[in-house]
Amino acid sequence: MIRIDQVTKRYADGTVAVDRLSLDIPDRAITVLVGPSGCGKTTTLRMINRMVEPSEGTILLDGADIRDQPVNTLRRSMGYVIQNAGLFQHRTILDNIATVPRLLGWSKPKARERAAELMGRVGLDTALAKRYPYQLSGGQQQRVGVARALAADPPVLLMDEPFSAVDPIVRKGLQDELLRIQDELGKTIVFVTHDIDEAIKLGTMVAVLRTGGHLAQYAPPAELLTAPADAFVEDFLGADRGIRRLSFFPSAGLELRTEPVVAMDAPAARLTAPADVPYLLVVDTDGRPLGWGAPDDLTAGAIDPARLLNHGRPFTPGRDSLRTALDGAVLSPTGWAVAVDDEGRATGVVSQQVIGEAIRTAHAAGREDVTAAR
Amino acid sequence: MNVLDYISHFFGDGALWHGYDGIPTRLGEHVVYSLEALVLAAVIGLPVGLVTGHFGRGGNTLALIATGGRALPTFGLLVLVVTWFGFGTGPAMVPLVVLAVPPILVTTYEAVRSVDPSPVDAARGMGIHESRILFRVELPVALPLILSGLRSAAIQIVSTATIAAYTGLGGLGRYIIDGLSQKNYEKVVGGATLVAGMALVTLLFFWAVSRFTVSPGVRRSE
Ligand SMILES: Nc1ncnc2c1ncn2[C@@H]1O[C@H](COP(=O)(O)OP(=O)(O)OP(=O)(O)O)[C@@H](O)[C@H]1O
Ligand SMILES: [Mg+2]
Repeated sequence: MIRIDQVTKRYADGTVAVDRLSLDIPDRAITVLVGPSGCGKTTTLRMINRMVEPSEGTILLDGADIRDQPVNTLRRSMGYVIQNAGLFQHRTILDNIATVPRLLGWSKPKARERAAELMGRVGLDTALAKRYPYQLSGGQQQRVGVARALAADPPVLLMDEPFSAVDPIVRKGLQDELLRIQDELGKTIVFVTHDIDEAIKLGTMVAVLRTGGHLAQYAPPAELLTAPADAFVEDFLGADRGIRRLSFFPSAGLELRTEPVVAMDAPAARLTAPADVPYLLVVDTDGRPLGWGAPDDLTAGAIDPARLLNHGRPFTPGRDSLRTALDGAVLSPTGWAVAVDDEGRATGVVSQQVIGEAIRTAHAAGREDVTAAR
Repeated sequence: MNVLDYISHFFGDGALWHGYDGIPTRLGEHVVYSLEALVLAAVIGLPVGLVTGHFGRGGNTLALIATGGRALPTFGLLVLVVTWFGFGTGPAMVPLVVLAVPPILVTTYEAVRSVDPSPVDAARGMGIHESRILFRVELPVALPLILSGLRSAAIQIVSTATIAAYTGLGGLGRYIIDGLSQKNYEKVVGGATLVAGMALVTLLFFWAVSRFTVSPGVRRSE
């Protein structure tokens, strides 16, 4: 565990970047430091690998003061990833990744072998190994940055806005990749961002910092969304925090209706809808959804898939959250969301009203959880 | 008689290919003095430029030295040194070195200082020693600019060494000076041609060095 204990950083010009900050950073989890620009996130992160020395207070790594070991030994035990990757232009991708193993005295072939292995792990084609950084896209460079930080298998990973310079789609890919890598490797990651969505998506714990380096709240993301500590945190979470919270509620409990699901080749008798369902969901012979149709418009044996209404984006109960289910219902022209199994076969449909009920129940339960946890 | 005639007469004169005033001797002298001056200037300019560039300090002092260096009249400096120390190889080297240090020093400083700070930050965060950061992270990226500083210094030395012939340095400048006093324009033009040729060879040399020492990742040419 990394324990930040009453740490203050006052820069030479008198700026207090971090003010008596105490934070326990759990092992094998992602702890996110989030907050507005200039609130002291980078300063806090850089104090952990002693790129910045605290003015007061101590930082303990597994119980020992980080100042007890030589600074470069400490740094080599912590991977460090920065915003624009900071790759060495004059070295190939493979040699960039092999940097720290080489520093630690590994032989060149062994270091390169390890580097090639890491390229695979971070989702880089090994065909890029002999290229130079300028020949890579921003997203690929960032992956190299992550691979380089992981090369010597350090227990700790420090990441300072690693994904903020790439476009949103690439960023999402990098975030998913990081979560996957974390599932496999279980590093102690301290991740700095100013993007609250990124914090909520990645963080096991999220520390919200306020300008002047004050800790505003330190909590798991679901708790942050449910019970923001004060107006600052609430404001920082943004207007749609209620919707975002839904990401933490499973859609598994939703009651699905199966009667409105009909096959392409269904007999005329099946082409009637229950009184409370205005539309039928037509599925193909494999059970995959084709679209919605009003019962009056459907002729048995002559259903034209091209004339059906789009069924929107389906959700998979058990894997997707209530947020995805709600999104599916809102985007569906009928107001009903389509549930599918892992193979994409329709397993039922659910209305906005039912999802709304589930949300109210979940919110109520969530509030109790948070209160109970205190 | 036009310039080309002068040149063909000069190089066609068999006598000029031997003896203490022959082309091989004079060329050899010129090359040796130029190289000595360049090495000396590099030994002074490179380390100071690298270290100040790495720490990002002393830029103002360096700028002052550079302007001072550029403003110094070569010939005046030569006369001054000779009046103080007398004729000879030693004094003649002084202006060559003095003029070559500023371009080396200033471009090296600028080259290192302008290296992208993020790889340096990353390297520090990885636990790489400061001196190693300078030589393994900054230098390879700063190399093209550093070489260009050395190249301008070298060109400057080659041409200034011509003037230094006045003080008994020998070299190709002798042809020009002697030619002028003897009103032997063949000699003047021939000497000037040799100096120009040497400048060209210097350029070629630096081009080759950069081909072999600058990483393709920095050259960005593949
Ligand atoms: N070397 C320094 N000298 C003086 N003040 C500094 C220095 N580095 C940072 N600061 C100041 O300390 C405060 C915190 O800076 P820090 O870089 O930690 O913020 P941050 O939260 O990472 O911001 P951002 O999101 O913009 O990266 C700011 O007011 C900044 O101006
Ligand atoms: Mg920052």
